[in-house]
Parts: sequence; structure tokens; C-alpha cells
Amino acid sequence: MTTENNKSNIIEISGLNKWYGEFQALKNINLNIKEGEIIVVCGPSGSGKSTLIRCVNFLEKFQEGEIIVNGIQLTDDAQKIRSIRSEVSMVFQHFNLFPHLSIIDNLTLAPIWVHNEGKEEAREKALKLLDRVGIKDQAEKYPNQLSGGQQQRVAIARALCTLPKIMLFDEPTSALDPEMISEVLDVMVELAKEGITMICVTHEMGFARKVAQRIIFMDEGQIVEENDPETFFHHPESDRLKQFLDQILTH
Amino acid sequence: MAVYEQQELRKPPISQVGIVRWLRVNLFSSRVNIGLTLAALYMLYIIIPPMLDWMIFSANFNFGEFSFLGFEFGEVMATNTNCGRTAACWPFIYEKLDMFVYGFYPRDLVWRVNTVFAMTAMLFVIVRLVRNYKYSAKVLLTTFVVFPIVSFYLIGGGVFGLEEVKTHQWGGLTLTLVIASVGILVSFPIGILLALGRQSNLRVINFFSTIYIEFIRAVPLITILFMASFVLPLFFTGGMDFDKLLRALIAITLFQAAYFAEVVRGGLQAIPTGQYEAADAIGLNYVQKNALIILPQALKISIPNLVGSSISLFKDTTLVLIIGLMDMLAMVNMTANDINWLGRETEGFVFVTMTMWIFLYSMSRYSKKLEVRFSTDHKN
Repeated sequence: MTTENNKSNIIEISGLNKWYGEFQALKNINLNIKEGEIIVVCGPSGSGKSTLIRCVNFLEKFQEGEIIVNGIQLTDDAQKIRSIRSEVSMVFQHFNLFPHLSIIDNLTLAPIWVHNEGKEEAREKALKLLDRVGIKDQAEKYPNQLSGGQQQRVAIARALCTLPKIMLFDEPTSALDPEMISEVLDVMVELAKEGITMICVTHEMGFARKVAQRIIFMDEGQIVEENDPETFFHHPESDRLKQFLDQILTH
Repeated sequence: MAVYEQQELRKPPISQVGIVRWLRVNLFSSRVNIGLTLAALYMLYIIIPPMLDWMIFSANFNFGEFSFLGFEFGEVMATNTNCGRTAACWPFIYEKLDMFVYGFYPRDLVWRVNTVFAMTAMLFVIVRLVRNYKYSAKVLLTTFVVFPIVSFYLIGGGVFGLEEVKTHQWGGLTLTLVIASVGILVSFPIGILLALGRQSNLRVINFFSTIYIEFIRAVPLITILFMASFVLPLFFTGGMDFDKLLRALIAITLFQAAYFAEVVRGGLQAIPTGQYEAADAIGLNYVQKNALIILPQALKISIPNLVGSSISLFKDTTLVLIIGLMDMLAMVNMTANDINWLGRETEGFVFVTMTMWIFLYSMSRYSKKLEVRFSTDHKN
């Protein structure tokens, strides 16, 4: 833990409040994340976990509070938002691949158009990433020709293509058939070893136990408890977390 | 507990296949269906034979004498008097074909119009040829920019020693095609911008796009044509009297843009929010997001409706005759007023109908092909 303490915060969230109309989705969130840290966010549905990480790359606007990502404070300024988004990649629950582009074109889109890389260079890099997630031979196919697990691995490769400092995972395995979950988790475990900062919203407690350095439990829009995996699973403090763990770990 | 053997595949029973089944299911499935089938057959029986008789069997095809490989064919060309009144007199169309196609375009210059027709046909060939070529996008873009300009100067003249042909001399099928293609091609990009404007978060743009679309869609084309033709010139009194065809083209373009906008908006709404979010998340800006991610998908979905709307416009171009432009339909009355061919409107209308049908049906077929070609389902 000592080495980690020396690292600087890459994400600083303070006093974050968000409302959807009358409904308060996030309540006074304070969270600092260090460079290279792997965080798992869990909690019952509707607890605001997805909303929280979607605030980090400004897919959701928030009304109060401050988010500083990689030294840049999030505001409405389109230029700033784009420069943050080029450092922060996101993997979605429903993959959100571009169905009209081939796999390779899905990957090279951002490098070519946002990071002004050459076509050949981007393509080479993309093929390497596809190789890493194990689907190099599908490069010329289209998203709808792949299975759910393969599509999500493509989505991860697409997110990695811009060499982000931070990866956000928004329930990456929730829309997958059970037999495809492990192939995606395997890729994420590999990633976790490489020192990229990761925030994962997930219900995969096995994954959380294995790779997370800190687990955050959210309920009703606020952070209820945060701890290292060992304490989190074996010595939960709040009643709400005990109840939640009971519900998900009994089966 | 038990274990079962795998069953072999069998052919379906005979009542499930073949023409007998098709007839039974589609034409004779119930009492009502049988009644409708018989009624429809009877209707066809009354309509088809007399129509074929009028158009073909009793019709006059004496186009005059011609020789082929040294053999002489035909007889003296029929005239209005000896052509008969009970069936079609096609020599009328044959003699007036130039009027139907070129209107009052100077006859010694029609090669220029024909060149444009030939170039249009070439366009389809080019689009096919470069499909898999590396620089196909650049080639197509250049073609689609150069083609209208060259066509305009070829038909209109006035440059490079080409004699000028004033727009009031343009007519017939040529004029119909000019109006329809300009109307469709120019209004398309405007329609896309209006659709995006109506979806925009910027209130002012959103407001004006919506007002424009709703206003135009609430007014018939004929009114807009009248406005453009007779009312607008009242506002521009001094020397601003611009070309009648140009006014009609502007009116039609503005009209069609509103319709395209609604069609494209329908397509935009079918795109899942996840696509917008993914495009945002990888850092694309507004223009890139729409040009690379959203529009390619939205336009693909909209192809059937875009073509449907284009077909409507193509037919609506015939309305320009009320502001004095001599399109193909206007030629019917024009030619049937010829003292030598009095009272041959029916032949003219049938001919124009068939010509229109050929163009519109081709458009419809082409849209089917486009749908298949741009399909991204790629399901195996």
C-alpha cells in the first residue's frame, strides 16, 4: 500500500450531487482514485453506480460538485470534455459497437479522427489489440456477425485503441449469456495487471475479489461503504452491505 | 430417466408444398377470400382485353416506310384522318416524339441534351465500376460535383462557344428530369441539415427548423409554386426579375427539403442512444459523430422513405405546367392541338403515363438494390 500512497490522484470527485428532474440520483459523492488503481463499484440496481462513472466522462451532466480528471476540471466546455474523453475510455453494457463499420474500422475510428493517426499505423495497432483480446481473425467482419462475448471484447479493444489512462466499465458482462462472461472477465483481468486505472461497475463478485484494490458499495445514490476486498467480503460493517452480500452470495 | 435417439429429418407432407397449397392459402382460403378472388378475376376480364385491344391489337403502327437489309417495310405513314378513332394511333407519338422529349429545345442542338442523357447512363456504370476501388469516395464525389455543372452548361449553353438556349425553350421530358433531379439532389442535403436542426439541443436552431418544416408541410406544393412564380416578383420590382424555371426550382427544393427532413428525422430517431454515447465517449465532435456514426445508419434506414418521397416529387413536377413551364405532361395538350393531330390527347396521356412509370418503377427497384447493398445486418 505504501507505493500506492505515493502516487497522485488521477480522479478527484468532491461534493458531487446529481438530479434527474426531482429525483436525486447522486448524493454528496466524495471519491479519490489514484493512478493505476482498480476500483469495483457495486450495489443494487438504481443505486447510482452507472450514473457515477458516466459523470466521469461527462456522458451525464451534474448540478453540484467538482470532478477533476487527469488534472482537468470538468465543465461544460466542449474542448475540455473532448480532451478528457481522449484520456478516458468506456466499455458499455450493450457494447455499443458501430454496426455499419467492420470490426477493424470500429477500432481505428477514434485514432484516425480524434488522435490524427495515420491509417496504416492505426490499423497495425488495432490488429495487435484484437490479437490481445483473441479475435484477430474476425477483423474484417461486422459486429452483428460476432457473439456477445466477442463483441464485448471488440468493445474493450476499441476502448484501448486510444491508449487511455483510465478505463470505465459499465456492467460489461450484464448483457452476456452466462457462458460468455468468463471470456470477457479474462480480458479484464489481463488488463488489470497492466497498471491502467480501472473503474468497473459490475456484479461479478469473483472478479471483484480477484483484481479490485478497493470495492465501493453504493445504495440510494450514496457511497455506503468502501474497503479492500478482504474486509469488504468478510467483515462488512454496514447493515445494508451485509444484507446485499447475503442476497448475492447465497446462490 | 431415459435417453432418446436422435430423430432423422423427414420431408414435409405434400399438403405443405407446391402450387396447390399456394392457391389454397392465398386465393381460396375462405368464403370471403373465394368471393374476392372471383371478383378480381372478373374485373381483370373486363379491363384487360379491351385495353390490350386499344393499345396493341387494333392500334395503328404505321410509322411510314423504312428499309432494312434491302427489304422495304411498312406503308405510307398514317395520318390523323385514316388512323381511326376506335384504337390508339401510335404514329402520332412517333411523329411528336421530339416534342415529348425536348419540348421547344432547338432541334439542331438536341445532341447536347442527348449527351447529358448518355452521361447520366454512364453515371450508373461509373458508380458500379468504382465500387471496390481504393479511391472510390473521391472519384464519386468529384463525379457528383462535376456532373451537374457540365450538364447545366451543356443544356443551357452560353459558354465555350455553345449557343445559349434560354430556359423557356427547355421542355418535355428533359425539363421534367431537370426539375426532378435538381429538386431531389439539392433538397437532400438541406433536408439533412433541417432534420439535424430539429434534433438539436440549441433552442434557436431547433425552433426555426421546426417552424420551417411544419409551415412548408402544411402548404400544398401548388401554392408554393404560385407564390414563387407570381407573388415573389411583386416584391422584387426593379431588375430583380429572375428566371421562371429558377423560381420553380427554388420553390420545389424548399418544399422537398421539408419532406426529406421529416424522413431523415424518422431515421435519426431509430438510432439507439448507445450509438450517440459511444461516439461521444471515444471523443468525436458533433460533426464527426453525425457524419461517421449517426447519419450513415439513419440514412440507410431511411432509404425506402427517401425514395418514396422522391417518387412523389417526381410526379409532383407535373404541377409546373400551371405556372407555364412546358414539361412532358404539358406536351400532351400542346401536341394534340396541332391542326394535323387534333383530338389525340388519349394517346399522349397513355404515353406520358408509361414513360413516367418506367422512370418511377426503376427508381423503386434501385432503392431495393440500395437497401440490400447498404444492409449492415450481415447476419449469416
